[in-house]
Amino acid sequence: MQGFGVKIGLAAGLLAAGFGATPAMAEKVKFEFWYGLSGDLGERVQDACKKFNDSQANFEIVCTSQNGYPETVQNAIAAYRAKKHPAIVQVFDGGTLDLMLSGAFVPAKKLMEDNGYKIDWSNYFPGIANYYATAKGELNSFPFNSSTAMFYYNVDAFTKAGIQGAPETWEDVEAAARKLKAAGYACPFGFSFDSWATVEQFSAIHNQPIATKNNGYDGLDAELTLNKTKLVDHLTFFKKMTDEGLFVVKTKQLGMDVVPAFTSETCQMIQTSIADHGTVGKTIKQGTKWDVTMLPVWKGTARQNSMVGGASLWVLNNRPEAEYKGAAAFLNFIAQPDMVEWWSTVTGYIPVTKTGFEAMKAKGFYDQPAFKGREKAIASLTFTPTSANTRGIRLGGFPQIRKEISDAMEGIFFGKLTVQAGLDQAVERGNVILRRFEKTYAGKVLN
Amino acid sequence: MNKRAVFKSWWLPVLFALPQLLLILFFFYWPAISVFNWAFTLEPAFGGAGERLFVGFDNFREVFADSEYWRSVSLSLFFAFTATGLSMFIAFILAICVDRQLKGSSLFRFFYIWPYAIAAPAVGLAFRFIFAPESGLIAVVNTWSPDLWNPAKYGSHAMILVIICFAWKWIGYNFIFMTAGLQSIPRSLLEASSMDGSGPVRRALDIQIPLLAPTLFFLLVLNLTESFVGPDTFGIVDLTTEGGPNKATDVMVYRIVSEAFRGLNYSGAAAQSLVLIGLIMVFTFIQFRFVERRVHYK
Repeated sequence: MQGFGVKIGLAAGLLAAGFGATPAMAEKVKFEFWYGLSGDLGERVQDACKKFNDSQANFEIVCTSQNGYPETVQNAIAAYRAKKHPAIVQVFDGGTLDLMLSGAFVPAKKLMEDNGYKIDWSNYFPGIANYYATAKGELNSFPFNSSTAMFYYNVDAFTKAGIQGAPETWEDVEAAARKLKAAGYACPFGFSFDSWATVEQFSAIHNQPIATKNNGYDGLDAELTLNKTKLVDHLTFFKKMTDEGLFVVKTKQLGMDVVPAFTSETCQMIQTSIADHGTVGKTIKQGTKWDVTMLPVWKGTARQNSMVGGASLWVLNNRPEAEYKGAAAFLNFIAQPDMVEWWSTVTGYIPVTKTGFEAMKAKGFYDQPAFKGREKAIASLTFTPTSANTRGIRLGGFPQIRKEISDAMEGIFFGKLTVQAGLDQAVERGNVILRRFEKTYAGKVLN
Repeated sequence: MNKRAVFKSWWLPVLFALPQLLLILFFFYWPAISVFNWAFTLEPAFGGAGERLFVGFDNFREVFADSEYWRSVSLSLFFAFTATGLSMFIAFILAICVDRQLKGSSLFRFFYIWPYAIAAPAVGLAFRFIFAPESGLIAVVNTWSPDLWNPAKYGSHAMILVIICFAWKWIGYNFIFMTAGLQSIPRSLLEASSMDGSGPVRRALDIQIPLLAPTLFFLLVLNLTESFVGPDTFGIVDLTTEGGPNKATDVMVYRIVSEAFRGLNYSGAAAQSLVLIGLIMVFTFIQFRFVERRVHYK
């Protein structure tokens, strides 16, 4: 059937060429890709699309930004219901389970096998792949823009305050904060109510669970447990430091989020995504010395790998067969080592494959001053083999749960809630979300 | 009601009304029926009719059992009444001043209308920057006394912020109607009362407000409904406070939209929408039943 279609297409093309009507050959198969990145990162996605279109003559990918991760999922859902959905859609980490249970996608492994691509799946870093894979380790979607949380610090300020080296433990952070404060810095450590770095990554590297059932991997009946882990002590410490003025809350509503607080040198230490590495380098006053390091752990903790953040690419079902050939070609194209390297260079996201990373390392990418430190994100992600607590988070309605956690943190740091009461509140409300999700997808099995 | 033009055939009036009826059908009744459908089932985000479960009133029970929901209802009511009151009060003062043809009033009349033409999210964004406690224009008050103004920290300040935003935007709209209404009041009445020695406040209370009552009533219904369920409320809350701090400005519309589209909980949000529609109907009924009695049209 397809061969026939291609022949007709070719014949038509030849005819057209013969008559000199149009120089174009058989019409390219067009397919759509919706993504959530915007601004500078969005432009880079467009570059990737252009590279793909220029690289071959059979397919044309049309890439459209939906201006944000949640919007991309919402729009894809609306389009899917109207049967006007794109072939490929970028879905953020928190939306993974919604997609997995939707029954609306073609698994990555199947897509590539059907279209004759041989992918070495073990080439993906396990810490990245496990987030998007089935229990058997088969990828449902393609890791695309991947990151993890890192600790950024202002080396100049450290030198001025007489602090040596990067803080490795939270005890070090406290000591550094005291010295910075004594040296006259008003905001030694800035943090926001973003659950990703402070709650999720903290729990992973300290091998603490977020929820039962191995963070939800073993069933939809998982319950949040983050009010019973080391997180309680950790936030209690944050609260104490905040009361002493050593840690300072920086949010968009207050006027400045953590990254601008760091680049404007208001705050001297922050935790944020490695994906901000490029932005920080570009926006901080030139000549300022700063560095990144792995997130600190509490003294005496056996550090675990941190979790991957970012988004992956899902291929939706019920599109014409020809589009899948294009989608597979595109996904294969962006997984090539030179594309992995290009993407990682221009954005700050980490290379998702081992060969991509090795190639970049061999080329001396991480020795260049502008990119120095980015390899530590890989080190953090691959610090240990993934455990039940560090493989990922597979909870339904997770974006809402994240909101509940940050609401609770608002209550803890700005309101009258104690740390325990705040986390209890987040767990209670989060569990309601989980139970409803479980009911909605009753009978579905996690695989 | 003595003379009435009557259509002889039934189809002609229907034909005239058809475009409007179709619009209402497609953009109101159809979605409303979908919402109705979802509210009694558990709807998975990507659909999948086979798996859709009928759950009776479970979604409603869940909504009503949630103490956060009731908090959200009372926040919405507080927001709606305060924002409406503030907006109408200021608009009325401005309209009276313009109506008295004070110096520069024609210029001001022009400017007062502008805010209404600005989209709510744009208003929200501008106000967020202006009222940002650490870096906004208002940050100076925090140098007098720390945390004198901090909507990121205090729920009450956050509520004041969204109320100011909404009122600011709607003053323009209210102003247009009130100015038009005031201009239709016969000058002679006001002049007569001036000659009797009444001041502007006396005239406003005894002449202008009673004669303006139908306009005021219309604006009251409109403002209350709009602030209770309108897209402006959502846009403003979304861009200034995001419902925070710790849900202190989590008004009903914001809650519904964020549950439906961020939380992908279509069924719970559908149930909440139906409750909201019900509340609006009760609300409007009360207004027409009890408030309108005091309004004299002609």
